[in-house]
Amino acid sequence: MAIETIATAAAQTAPSPATVTQSAAYRKYLRGLRHRALIIQTWQIGLVAVFLGVWEIAPRAGWINPMLTSYPSAVVRTLLVMLQDGSLVHHTWTTLSEIMIGFCGGMALGLVCAVALWSSPFLYRVLDPFIVVLNGVPKIALVPIFYIWLGDTASIYAMAIAVSVFVTIIMLYTGFNAVDPDKIKLVRLFGASHRQVLWKIVLPASVPTIISTLKVNVGLALVGVIVGEFQAAKAGLGYLITYGSQIFQMNLVMTAIVVLAAISSVLFIAIQALETIVLRRSGSLRSSS
Amino acid sequence: MTGITEAEVNVQPAIAIREVTLNYFSPDRETLALLNVSLEIAQAEFVAIVGSSGCGKSTLLSLISGLIRPSIGSIQICGKDVTAPSPRAGYMFQKDTLLEWRTVLDNVLLGPELLGLERRAARSRAEDLLNRYGLGEFLHSLPSELSGGMRQRAALARTLCPDPDLLLLDEPFSALDYQTRLALSDEMAAILTGERKTVVLVTHDIGEAISMADRVVVMSRRPGRIKSVHSIAYPSFGLDRPTPFQARKCPEFSAYFQLIWDELDVHQVQ
Repeated sequence: MAIETIATAAAQTAPSPATVTQSAAYRKYLRGLRHRALIIQTWQIGLVAVFLGVWEIAPRAGWINPMLTSYPSAVVRTLLVMLQDGSLVHHTWTTLSEIMIGFCGGMALGLVCAVALWSSPFLYRVLDPFIVVLNGVPKIALVPIFYIWLGDTASIYAMAIAVSVFVTIIMLYTGFNAVDPDKIKLVRLFGASHRQVLWKIVLPASVPTIISTLKVNVGLALVGVIVGEFQAAKAGLGYLITYGSQIFQMNLVMTAIVVLAAISSVLFIAIQALETIVLRRSGSLRSSS
Repeated sequence: MTGITEAEVNVQPAIAIREVTLNYFSPDRETLALLNVSLEIAQAEFVAIVGSSGCGKSTLLSLISGLIRPSIGSIQICGKDVTAPSPRAGYMFQKDTLLEWRTVLDNVLLGPELLGLERRAARSRAEDLLNRYGLGEFLHSLPSELSGGMRQRAALARTLCPDPDLLLLDEPFSALDYQTRLALSDEMAAILTGERKTVVLVTHDIGEAISMADRVVVMSRRPGRIKSVHSIAYPSFGLDRPTPFQARKCPEFSAYFQLIWDELDVHQVQ
């Protein structure tokens, strides 16, 4: 019986499609899958092409006012000019570093607070209503206050952190408490201290939660930074957007938005890659999937 | 068990439960989980505790493990009061509770790691145990790559790795399918007979209890009390102890089954 189970498990863990002979029906099924994926990609590319085409043609044909919308070729031209004079790199770098600091700050602060709340049920009972209320306050309303208190640079970091930290605390704390109590009992039976329970069980078991918190926070940090820049900044993509709209330069506004979209895509893809690697290593994801 | 003379083994029970009562408190009510439970378990004895769900049998196991303390009474392991979890007792859960982010080998090494045992010795013992349980090829696999029976064998290796004197088994087979359960209880009986450990098995499966244990303790519904204790013997099989699988075919098996079934008042269910 033991050998039998091992044999079946070995067969499951070592799928070797190269050596397995495929039936005609299976090959047809695989072709169908590939075909379907191709069609979906074609549609996606087509949608982008149509969007860009309409955006280019409509203002040129006079259907809409180009002053209001700009158009792709003008955006590309602005992008190239700004790339040459170095201003694009300067503004993008400013925003990107603010995002990274806000994102990491919010995550770190949230993690520390969540651990503290998990460690002390008393602290949690005391602070719970305040966290709920603070999470509910629209953080955007704090922008002017942060600006007055902290000045132009620090207020942007503060904004990015404020937007993400409470959600982080709530998500992580909930994740910590959802850890299988039997696993905690297991290490306590081996005499584990509170700290060991945290490091050996609660944190590793919460890796999937931490990753999904990261995903949420990338978006939130972006919002916090841009809103912070609207109020205070002298550089950055948020600054370009306000500046461009004040002088009615839609090319500039659209260029900044395009770069922002690119940044958020890159960050999201990076976190998704991290997720795949980490979850596979932590055993939450089967290596075959 | 080196260093303990035969006389001492006979004199001192491995586990002594003395007039233990346990109350649980919650904001809504007070629950009397166990009432005046006394039980002595000898060295190398295999005792099964059966009872319907909610009779406090798992609570009794938590008490022996030192995770919770009795409200009244005392529990001693080898003559010493239990105040906290001790490495002398190994515990096995209903679920395998393998940590999915650790390899099979690292899971087995969790106990030695937390107990601060010497790593190299623990590692060779862990590898030895896993090889013996047919998991030699899976040392560096993650638990998700193992079948249910293999996972539970890995959990057994984890429990036995720090070499505990007594084993507390909390329905360790109930999450498995029927075939695997029978096969694994046979394997486990073989392993435990070889190791001469004191075993307390909590189960609601009467067949499992009487096929594996030397003594079966029947507990009543809440508040949990010991209703009766049965010594299990299979004279029809001869002098040797039958394996659980063989025991199930002995004529005594069905007699014990009927006896304990009647005592459990299963027909009075809720």
